[in-house]
Amino acid sequence: MENPTAAKVHAPPGGFLRRYVFSTDHKVIGIQYYLLALFSVFLGMTLSALMRYHLVYPGEKQHLFQLLWPNGAPDGIMTPELYLSLMTMHGTIMVFFVLTTAPQSGFGNYFLPLQIGAPDMAFPVLNMLSFWTTLLSFLVLCSAFFADGGAPLGGWTAYPPLSATGAIAGPGMGTGMDLWIISIALFCVASLMGAINFLTTVLEMRAKGMSLMRMPLTCWGWFVTAVISLFAFAVLLTAGILLLLDRLGGTSFFLPAGLVISDRVLDHSGGSPLLWQHLFWFFGHPEVYIAILPGMGLVSTVLSVFSRKPVFGYKAMAYAMVAIGLLGFLVWGHHMFISGMSPYSAIAFSVLTLAIGVPSAIKTFNWLGTIWGGQLRLTTAMLFALGFVSVFVSGGLTGLFLGQPALDLYFHDTYFVVGHFHMIMGVASIFGIFAATFYWFPKVTGRMMSEPLGKIHFYCTFLGAYAIFIPMHFAGIAGNPRRYADFTQFDFLKDLASVHKFITHAALFTAVIQLLFLWNLFWSWRRGAKARENPWNATTLEWALPSPPPAHNFGINPPLVKRGPYDYSLPQGGKDFLMQHEGEEE
Amino acid sequence: MLFAGLIWLTAAVVAAAFAMKRWWFPPPINTYAANFDSYFSLNIAVAGIIFFLAQAALGWFIWRFRNQGRRVRHTEGNNRLEVVWTAVTLALFLAASVPSAVLWSRVHLDLLSPTAMSVELLGQQFAWNVRYPGPDGRYGRTSARFVNDAAGNPFGIDDGDPAGKDDVVSGALRIPAGKPVLLRLHSRDVIHSFFVRELRVKQDLVPGMEIPLKIEADKPGEYEIACSELCGLGHHQMRGLLIVMPPAQFDAWLRQQREARQ
Repeated sequence: MENPTAAKVHAPPGGFLRRYVFSTDHKVIGIQYYLLALFSVFLGMTLSALMRYHLVYPGEKQHLFQLLWPNGAPDGIMTPELYLSLMTMHGTIMVFFVLTTAPQSGFGNYFLPLQIGAPDMAFPVLNMLSFWTTLLSFLVLCSAFFADGGAPLGGWTAYPPLSATGAIAGPGMGTGMDLWIISIALFCVASLMGAINFLTTVLEMRAKGMSLMRMPLTCWGWFVTAVISLFAFAVLLTAGILLLLDRLGGTSFFLPAGLVISDRVLDHSGGSPLLWQHLFWFFGHPEVYIAILPGMGLVSTVLSVFSRKPVFGYKAMAYAMVAIGLLGFLVWGHHMFISGMSPYSAIAFSVLTLAIGVPSAIKTFNWLGTIWGGQLRLTTAMLFALGFVSVFVSGGLTGLFLGQPALDLYFHDTYFVVGHFHMIMGVASIFGIFAATFYWFPKVTGRMMSEPLGKIHFYCTFLGAYAIFIPMHFAGIAGNPRRYADFTQFDFLKDLASVHKFITHAALFTAVIQLLFLWNLFWSWRRGAKARENPWNATTLEWALPSPPPAHNFGINPPLVKRGPYDYSLPQGGKDFLMQHEGEEE
Repeated sequence: MLFAGLIWLTAAVVAAAFAMKRWWFPPPINTYAANFDSYFSLNIAVAGIIFFLAQAALGWFIWRFRNQGRRVRHTEGNNRLEVVWTAVTLALFLAASVPSAVLWSRVHLDLLSPTAMSVELLGQQFAWNVRYPGPDGRYGRTSARFVNDAAGNPFGIDDGDPAGKDDVVSGALRIPAGKPVLLRLHSRDVIHSFFVRELRVKQDLVPGMEIPLKIEADKPGEYEIACSELCGLGHHQMRGLLIVMPPAQFDAWLRQQREARQ
């Protein structure tokens, strides 16, 4: 689409502040989001390492704990409330500021306009506002650490009445909990702004010839994710406001009559704790797809590029994403099988939940179909994409158990669930982020990341992920409940000490290995080998530009798109790919 | 082809670790739990086979289609294959939902005969309380105003209600072996969850709701009740005991408790 005004707006802005800080350039904003996610993921990972340490050495004094949390670990031993607050913050940081932020807001911002041949996102100022609101949300969340009583201990799911009754329910449930809710509400606002921007950009800003069915699958991933975000975050925002009202305004949306907490009789009445769970999971389950769909699109692209084959079943892949997006809103009840909701509705939710396995399986089959018959270039990006398929299968299959209420009856809230969702939501999404980083790094910086370092990092992380999360399933089968600050109070948990010790050691190893990635990223940014133009011989439009791309992208001459996004190994001979704007109109 | 080998190795180790069953369920203590175990075994077998085949295929493809500098044949997909694998997975998942629904119904939808014994279980931060009605089967009226843990009245039983005079309050959940018991689950503060591994059953206790749960245990013994919904800083120590007694012994115990009340 020709848009001279936007091009004028994006004449390279002068001044450091306008260019790198308060920038309206989607590429700078994408990098800002990515760096926020990078900081968050290391913070969240560090919290989990501390938690894992405490779980297997509950009685050992650690000066570090005391140093960091003089109140939470007065004699160097983590108190249960400190453990639970770290757990809450770990979950919140990872889900919102890593898995929602990097794949969609980070990569999506940077590459969606480039891949569809647009000069920028549809609303550049709104885009900047989304980022700064997200950053504010992050700062508010972190400030909960310093609140009186510390960060909240109610988990990232924040179930009332625990989350709704204030400081009497436990340390951190006063100011810390208020800050948590405010942070999440701000995050929702930022995500809604982002969703509107993404939707408008996809629908209005595509270059001539870029029909929806010619978009790279990454764009389909960001598009469907934006639709999900629009509906899901709107509901979470509402729920957060209601919860805040219950806490501060004396309402009773989530609080029934007759509560006695810390020997005090509360005068709320008429609310239902289950209402929160319905609202939360109406957001919470689609959130899983917000985290994974952009990765699915990216993995499809990377498998295709490095197999030198078109994506197998492009249409099926695009429709499967749409189906996942739709069905994702109909399955929230599987988080509530044992919550006390009607056992009849559990059966309905179960069937719908199992049904969502179908588009997921379609995607897996098509990924295998894509590499079948290819000539695989095992770059680090490709290894992470293949690793994604492996963990997606592993994590998806355990979902088969949890989607059936009869089995969930036992596994609900055990380590089986922890293993399951870390595998499919955590590891798979993060493998998608890693693949994207290695794949697009030359585009963003003009340099290559180190492949040897990247491969060592990949192999260690792949083995580490299995070593951490598969044993958690065994703990779950043995009945180990999650969210326990230590395992010393129950006889049956003592038998699992060796499992947990193994998990902790694997986790510490894997955490340390991530420093390799950090080193690789920043070292290559400054010193990496110069990248060729289009180093992967890829077909999509971002590779038609110099690296890094100029401030105004394609300027006033957007490319005319002539073909689909994955024209590899065409039968006519010559070079083995045609970019989307090359050759004859298809 | 390091990665192909690594995937095969991982798949083999994971499959072997599951087959070992070193960390597994405790022995079941009723027929429902035994049915649960066999249904789980079926699921783990099916999932295990799919897991192993998928990972093995992935590893094999990586090895088989390693780059040898050949020209790739251009193909964009195959509609017949799409239909086949969509249909197969749909059939598999729908097939799973039927026996699963039947098993679920056995816990939640089977109606109890009205004479089944009923016991009230109350969760609080961070303890379990149990209440048995008198011989008339009626529980005394309760109110939050009368709750007093120090005086041994965690339920808040109203002394003004004669029906409450013969209620028995206990810290452990004692039930007679081989008889169905209707648990009436309550919480007075936050959400807790009742979980006994040997029963293969878990159910939340939600403030403001009474949730019925049928349990039955055939094997006398002591089993741990582990709170399974995050309820605050003491969540990890919210341990209770389910004590399954031979029926005669249980009757004697209950009678004794009632006499002690009067």
